[in-house]
Amino acid sequence: MSQRSKVIQLYKTLLYMGRDYPKGYDFFKKNLRKVFEKNKRERDPEKIDKMLAHGNFVIKELEALYMLRKYRTLKKRYYEKS
Amino acid sequence: MTRALVGVKRVIDYAVKIRVKPDKKGVVTDGVKHSMNPFDEIAIEEAVRMKEKKLIEEVIAVSCGPSQSQDVIRTALAMGADKAIHVEVSGPEYETLQPVHVSKILAKLAQEEKADLIIVGKQAIDDDSNQTAQMIGGILDWPTGTFCSKIEKNDSELTVTREVDGGLEVVKMKMPAVLSADLRLNEPRYATLPNIMKAKKKPIKKLTAKDLGVDTSARIEILSVEEPQVRQAGVIVPDVDTLIVKLKENGHV
Repeated sequence: MSQRSKVIQLYKTLLYMGRDYPKGYDFFKKNLRKVFEKNKRERDPEKIDKMLAHGNFVIKELEALYMLRKYRTLKKRYYEKS
Repeated sequence: MTRALVGVKRVIDYAVKIRVKPDKKGVVTDGVKHSMNPFDEIAIEEAVRMKEKKLIEEVIAVSCGPSQSQDVIRTALAMGADKAIHVEVSGPEYETLQPVHVSKILAKLAQEEKADLIIVGKQAIDDDSNQTAQMIGGILDWPTGTFCSKIEKNDSELTVTREVDGGLEVVKMKMPAVLSADLRLNEPRYATLPNIMKAKKKPIKKLTAKDLGVDTSARIEILSVEEPQVRQAGVIVPDVDTLIVKLKENGHV
């Protein structure tokens, strides 16, 4: 996969994951666009690779965030005595 | 071939604030985010992990509900189910669909698909019935392990750790069996975008309850749905003396 399509793929994946973001999809989309646009003039392939790696790290973090949030909510609702 | 049938329900997302409809006959579902019942996610995850460990060969996801239920079926397929069955129940029939109907449908499907294992979530987060697994077990006369927090398989024998009041219970049972997943059974994986796309190629069989010979006519009538009571606001007292007076007034001391 070319670096360009990797970046596009990353953007699409993050956009998809943003639908579950606690602060709302619009908030996530706005900020996602902002950070991608900030670096749009970057041409150094090594730097872009680093950014891609960071993007994939963010994906993992988001997955963990969603899982924990769901687990904690369920635990609070069903398992902790009020 | 060892097959697992997994029930997945489409429910209002856990993070959504539930509102009662003005006519008090149900809750607002239009334009509200829906997702897979979290306990069913755990059930699917367990079946997929068993498949990855080569303990079973095929995972079939089943959902009973309106056409939008296909979304959760897609999620189940993206998580690793091999194929899926959508039993379409919609409109007023769906509103009064009860665990008794669903368990009959699942029991019938288990026989038709020659399943050896049925895994469902212990309860759905919308109606909190916690009945489906138990009733499937009753209908099929299969051993049933509810509230599983650990499942081990040895040939055709299952060793199941169950979450019971005040501790854990370990039971052994023979397959075919019915299991219901508790919160601590596993941590479900995230249905990633590429997997959702790939899931679109997996087969979904569409059926109606009639095809299976299950009568889904209403067994209940919804009289009224009410919001839970709002907790009364507290008061801040200026000093200890007023606090004691107040406590005495209300008969707490």
